[in-house]
Amino acid sequence: MDFLIFQVPMLTLQAVLDGLLLGILFALIAYGMALQWGVMNIINIAQGDLVILGGYIAYFMYLYGIHPAWGVIVSPIIMYFVGVIIYKLVINKVVDRDLFISILATFGISILFMQLMNFAFGADVVLANSGYGTTMLFDNSVTLPNSKIFSAFISIVFAIGLVIYMKKSKLGRAIRATAQNARAAKILGVDTEKVYAATFGINAALCGVAGALISITFTIHPYMGLPYTIRSFMIVIVAGLGNLPGVAMSGMGLGVFEEFADYILGTEFRIGSVFLLLVLILVYRRFKLSRKREYLK
Amino acid sequence: MSKNIILYGAILIFGIAAPFIFPAFKVQLSILCILIILAITWNVQGGEMGYNTFGNILFYGLGMYLCASVQVGMFFPLGEWTEGGGEKTFVHTPAQFFQGFAVGLAVAAVVPAIIAGLIGYSILGLRGHYFAICTLGLGVAAGEISGGIEIIGAGQGFTTPPFPNVDRLEARGEFFYFCSFIVLVFTFLAVKAIYSTRFKLVLNAIRDNEDKAEAMGIQTMKYKIIGWMISAFFCGLAGGIMGGLVGYIDSTDVAFDGREMGVFMVLMAILGGKGTLWGPVIGATLFHIFKEGFWTFFLGWQYVALGVLIVVIVIYFPEGIMGWLREKYPERFGEVVDEADRKAQVTLK
Repeated sequence: MDFLIFQVPMLTLQAVLDGLLLGILFALIAYGMALQWGVMNIINIAQGDLVILGGYIAYFMYLYGIHPAWGVIVSPIIMYFVGVIIYKLVINKVVDRDLFISILATFGISILFMQLMNFAFGADVVLANSGYGTTMLFDNSVTLPNSKIFSAFISIVFAIGLVIYMKKSKLGRAIRATAQNARAAKILGVDTEKVYAATFGINAALCGVAGALISITFTIHPYMGLPYTIRSFMIVIVAGLGNLPGVAMSGMGLGVFEEFADYILGTEFRIGSVFLLLVLILVYRRFKLSRKREYLK
Repeated sequence: MSKNIILYGAILIFGIAAPFIFPAFKVQLSILCILIILAITWNVQGGEMGYNTFGNILFYGLGMYLCASVQVGMFFPLGEWTEGGGEKTFVHTPAQFFQGFAVGLAVAAVVPAIIAGLIGYSILGLRGHYFAICTLGLGVAAGEISGGIEIIGAGQGFTTPPFPNVDRLEARGEFFYFCSFIVLVFTFLAVKAIYSTRFKLVLNAIRDNEDKAEAMGIQTMKYKIIGWMISAFFCGLAGGIMGGLVGYIDSTDVAFDGREMGVFMVLMAILGGKGTLWGPVIGATLFHIFKEGFWTFFLGWQYVALGVLIVVIVIYFPEGIMGWLREKYPERFGEVVDEADRKAQVTLK
């Protein structure tokens, strides 16, 4: 076995660090998904496309001469309204329906977004150059772009901020109440319609932050959305709904897995291995639960 | 009964005559047949069994690759064929082409069914949306992985054997049309036969309440696997023919095209009405007409239209055309309606 990664031990460290920093971003997207899945019981296939759209906002700021890091502020604000509009147009009609309906409807939104972004922004792979430079570690054998460190830091800030917001604010309490029991919340005077809209908006805003960070650290392309959806779905099912430390841990785990898959199997199998891992995780959980004669629900 | 025979006879005659009446639309008609097959097979899985899958594209793509690989591999080294320009170096004689295609189709049908049986036990244990997402993952993973395998052409695609030189120019279109039409008739009759047995009742029981079905002593897992194998069998056949028809296989854009075929088959079945025999047929026909119109006149906006169409159908017509008809004319579907009950409902409204 002459894999490069086993010959050069420092590459292992490189892969682990890259994976952890990448995984924090995944965890942020997955957090949004867990939020709206938990509250509205909807699986949003368009999650990844919201991320990419957020990325394009930052990219356009970069094109017009504004530093893309400001996208971290602007993108979530715009994306919040995008999320609310999507909710008002489509999602509120599928909230109480069969889950498959919501999957298919958001799949439709995903296709729509992909193509609209393709029209609006072109089919090129783009990135917003932040000009942050690179940190060299261990005698230049491990390189870390500062933009990755920046993005991980911003993700953590946003995640912690949201956790506090959900705990303390009035809307946060309303969201948590609706997640526990929508009907009871309604009886006690919570406007669940508004809560749902806000939840979807917050989810989209988180996607916007993550997208802006991705456009700085990696590349974006109109058709790259679906892998982000699958990653966040995977993270949520591994961690379980409402388990925030779990989301962070499994996000980072997934990041590290991907980096290793990249080195060992080759870049062409990177996305494939993510999707295959999803299948394997689901099958593993199915067998584990079936011993107790239960199933995933 | 005699009415039905006339109806089926008329459709059969129309099907046989169609390529001669509309000679310019032979390829479109063949694709229509393939789409109907896919919608019917999806309906076995998603409509009757209630296991909504995005992953039948896996069997379709597998069938496509298998049929083409067998057709080439029987006579020539497969690796050299896909290396680049293989279709120019090696030429199938007509006999080789048809033999290869026949064997290829058989393999393309049987192997996906076996694979469905093998993975069925693990994957059909998942339920609801977990099953949907898992199969979505399977389909995309298959596309990404087959795009990295050298021997079937990797990223640059796989050119299927060109149709051999026969004197008539029309021969290629007619051959593929009749292939797909015969497979369509075969599929329809097979599924119709299956639907008239106890098997369909078991599938419906699984859809309505799997736990109860299990408690009643039905070995649900066995039936689910058989149902998926049937689905995979016909999907593979359709894929094999489609590969020959298109003439070029690409891993993510033709074979495992979750964004097109994978969604189309779900959409067609839902548009027509899931859980009915004729629903997928009607849905696929309408969808194909719509699609071709849109793809021709508004090229570039087709995915936008597709996205909007999915959202509209799913939100406003989840029961489909057959479901709507059933609501409106329940007597035609063999449902007994109590007149007093209906009047009471009308007055309530």
